[in-house]
Amino acid sequence: MRPSTIWYIIKQGFKNIRRNWMFSVASILNMAACIFLVGVFYVIMANVNHNVRLAEGKIPITVFFEIGTTQEEIDWVGEQIRARPDVQTITFVSADEAWDNFSKTMFPENSAAAEIFRDDNPLVNDSNYQITVNNISLQSSLVKYIEGLDHVREVKQSVRAADFLTDFIRMLNIVSLVIIGILLLLSLFLISNTVSIGISVRKEEISIMKYIGATDRFVRAPFVLEGVLLGAVGAAIPLISLYFVYETAIRYIWEYFNVLSGSVEFLSVERVYRVLLPMGILLGVGVGYLSSSFTSRRHVRV
Amino acid sequence: MIDLVDVTKSYGKGLPALNHATLHIEKGEFVFVVGTSGSGKSTLIKLLLKELDATSGNITVSGERLNRMRPRRIPKFRRKIGVVFQDFRLLKDRNVYENVAFAQRVIGRPTRVIKSRVPEVLQEVGLADKYKSFPDELSGGEQQRVALARALVNRPDILLADEPTGNLDPRTSDEIMALLDQVNERGTTVLVVTHNKDIVNAMRKRVVTMRNGVIVSDEQEGAYHEA
Repeated sequence: MRPSTIWYIIKQGFKNIRRNWMFSVASILNMAACIFLVGVFYVIMANVNHNVRLAEGKIPITVFFEIGTTQEEIDWVGEQIRARPDVQTITFVSADEAWDNFSKTMFPENSAAAEIFRDDNPLVNDSNYQITVNNISLQSSLVKYIEGLDHVREVKQSVRAADFLTDFIRMLNIVSLVIIGILLLLSLFLISNTVSIGISVRKEEISIMKYIGATDRFVRAPFVLEGVLLGAVGAAIPLISLYFVYETAIRYIWEYFNVLSGSVEFLSVERVYRVLLPMGILLGVGVGYLSSSFTSRRHVRV
Repeated sequence: MIDLVDVTKSYGKGLPALNHATLHIEKGEFVFVVGTSGSGKSTLIKLLLKELDATSGNITVSGERLNRMRPRRIPKFRRKIGVVFQDFRLLKDRNVYENVAFAQRVIGRPTRVIKSRVPEVLQEVGLADKYKSFPDELSGGEQQRVALARALVNRPDILLADEPTGNLDPRTSDEIMALLDQVNERGTTVLVVTHNKDIVNAMRKRVVTMRNGVIVSDEQEGAYHEA
């Protein structure tokens, strides 16, 4: 395509937007609202996911050994477990440490009770490994693997907590995807409408173009460009505003709800935008391109 | 240049709009197609532009078999044909120069070619000094000249004119027909669909008469026969 033709198409694309400026503004605002909501959902989801992942690291698996297992054999079991990619941390707890932990929990204000068993540790066979996983949904398969290892007597895990977190993440993802999908469909529809109106306004011009011998691509190009521009501007507005809204929201939460500081951790705006920025632009431009391309193909038949 | 062999075009169950029409037009000919409303003249133009497909029969225009033409090929085919309509079909928001340049722009001509060709063709139709005017500032005859310039700017093999004098007074109609005659003298095949009896009779060109979709007469240096 010649530069003069490309320039002509660009000028026509902008002209279309100017000519139907009210519909263009409506499309941009709708796209902006959709991408803003998509952004808000993403921010919430990313933060919930982040905190759930942190929580996953706090649900351990405990591995006990057969009576009479030597330290070398315990080390061997540790090496096998450490080699698994889904293991986040693995800590050895000796029988003495196990008793100390137990007595601190059971007799926090009565050390005399703990002293009775000092020379006769009831947990002598309960040295163990405390393991945390990278992804809670993989816990069951890891447990199965460990149960199959030699010298392992018993593996304990918090099945309910693991299952709850797995289900919660899955449900959150589904709900978010459904809502985002509905919003994007709405954007598709509105941009398609704007382009349709642009085409009907220029029907005469299009028919002349067709008689003169313009190709299908040439006739459609300004409309496709119009859709892409509407999508891009519609994406830029919420992405810029959400950047500042998110920063302000985090500052506000820490200022007024500092009780959360120990239990909740927010992702930094830069980290959120590493995904949200390309995703938002891609969505805006993609929805604009798809809707205008489809609509112009339907209406402009050469 | 234009060949129709036993062409029929039906829109529905009624009488066909074009009924077993056979017509042969040589390169460089000037032909009038005449007939009352509903005689099939407009259908003929639409078939020649590949705006419609024939129900049966074969159509060849400028060496291209229209029956077998793929949709992708249609734009390139149409570049060989210039079209002029009764209602001019000019773009109201563009001036004379831009209206004519538009025809070159849409087929991807470079700007330097457009800049040299558009004034040339405006000179041919006698509008060189009005290139900055907008359609609303022009008379009917001048608007039709712009439409003619637009049809000619890409140097088509064939010029199709659908009632080109339908909205014009007799004097202006004569001027437009004189222009079409000049275009024909330069070698372009011209096919004019018209009701205008005076013009047809004055010019003494080949006349094809249609009635109810049928070609009823085809005369060299013919005249307009009432139905």
